[in-house]
Amino acid sequence: MTFLRIGVMNELQYRANFFLQIIQSVVAVGTGLIVLALIFSQTDALDGWTRPQLLAVLGVFTMVGGVIGFIIEPNMGRVMADVRQGTFDYVLTKPVDSQLLVSVREFRLWKLTDVIVGAGVVVWAVIVDDAPTGLANVAGFAVSLLAGSLMIYCVWLMLTTGAFWFVRMEMLQELFTGLYRAGQYPVGVYPGWLRAGLTFLIPIGFAVTVPSEAVTGRLTIGRLAVAVGFVLFLMALTRIVWQWGVKNYSGASA
Amino acid sequence: MTTGAIDDGLHESGLRAFLRLYATLFRLAIIEQFQYRAANYFYMIGMITEPVIYLVVWSTIADARGGEVGGFTAGTFAAYYIVWTLVRNMNIVFTPFGWEQRIREGQLSSQLVRPLHPIHYDLGFFAGWKVVVIVMWLPLATVLSLIFKPELNPTVAQMGAFFVAIWGAYLIRSLLLWMLGMVTFWTTRVSAAFEVFFAAELLLSGRLVPVRLMPDWAQQVAGVLPFESTFGFPITALVGPISNEELVEGLLTQAFWILFGVAGVSFMWRRAVRNYTAVSG
Repeated sequence: MTFLRIGVMNELQYRANFFLQIIQSVVAVGTGLIVLALIFSQTDALDGWTRPQLLAVLGVFTMVGGVIGFIIEPNMGRVMADVRQGTFDYVLTKPVDSQLLVSVREFRLWKLTDVIVGAGVVVWAVIVDDAPTGLANVAGFAVSLLAGSLMIYCVWLMLTTGAFWFVRMEMLQELFTGLYRAGQYPVGVYPGWLRAGLTFLIPIGFAVTVPSEAVTGRLTIGRLAVAVGFVLFLMALTRIVWQWGVKNYSGASA
Repeated sequence: MTTGAIDDGLHESGLRAFLRLYATLFRLAIIEQFQYRAANYFYMIGMITEPVIYLVVWSTIADARGGEVGGFTAGTFAAYYIVWTLVRNMNIVFTPFGWEQRIREGQLSSQLVRPLHPIHYDLGFFAGWKVVVIVMWLPLATVLSLIFKPELNPTVAQMGAFFVAIWGAYLIRSLLLWMLGMVTFWTTRVSAAFEVFFAAELLLSGRLVPVRLMPDWAQQVAGVLPFESTFGFPITALVGPISNEELVEGLLTQAFWILFGVAGVSFMWRRAVRNYTAVSG
């Protein structure tokens, strides 16, 4: 909590960035809307998804992207920088759980703009979509959104652990950002092998498609249960990988 | 520091020295970037998701409409977006976001005393990097072709024009982004302008979707902007359908934008250096 406060105070110094972030969010969502207009000028449905449903996907994609930019990417980037510079030793000497500590040290407050703009798009999509949206949908949406964000965090942290062995891992960010773009469309669009990869290896499918299904009334209880089960499995696995990584970490400066 | 010295450098040291400099920068970039094979591959794989997404989405639409949309089939879309990956790699040049660091950390000061215009160092370096990129791109293109089965039957004229056009695209985009980046000399709040520029480029260049699939008015807007020369034209030159007249026309348009870029860069550079000296003075 202290870290969150410091992070927020740090960011509040740079208020001009806030306006930049708003412009970025608006440009990104605007581009997404133009693409949707182009797609639906040629067809009525993309792999069974209608326009309002794809609008919901765009909204969720923006929201999850905001969560990644707010907390996941800055913290993981910091771990890699720490390992490279040898300052990771300080993390290990602190009397708190190292995995928890490295996950909540940095916050980019302004990235929350994406979460808000994305949420706006989701609400808009729900309004223009005819499907009835009840409390169950909202609950399913909240659960799957949380599960999806946690999954991305887990995979990213496991990949970051690779920095203990291969110091030059910055390109990982590029790779992940590139792959995350695929979440702009429902995973069902992609050919089978790619869909499997985007669901289980880099769980963008779960992170973006499942919440979108929840909010547009396409989600079944079974699929939600799979998502929740998968996130628990990933969290356990991440824990093991992290502890194993820390044990093998030999330090860069010493 | 007078700007005259920079411009005259080229004549003083002669064409041979000039070419030798390019050869050296070229070689340096190749050696340097081959060291970072893994990093370069990560970067390329991340980059390749973008066209694969477009390709999958538009092939799905073509299939849903009975195999064709705006003259494109799944096979020609595949050809378009696979050639796209090479053109995109050719298009990666010094980013306008990098100017802030260049100015802030004073890297420019040392460049200013060199006898040649600093843009030559960027052009030579990134051109060398392209060689590494193309070598690394070939296996990726092979894999993509096996998966998506592109329909690609270029004529000899198309292949020739394509080879020239990708380097034309490289030059145009280098010059454009240099101009954009140099705005940083006057104000540091330029990131927002960059974002808008890149969004316009994404939509109107043929990067996101072939310009032919855009509404008529958007095609007209794209026609008076340089973006298509850096993306859509080189791709279409190879993928077609395109007549020989259109090939020549496209190359001439590129030549126009290169001249425009050279004029723009030298004009802005001269004023920027005056401004820069005043600031650091």
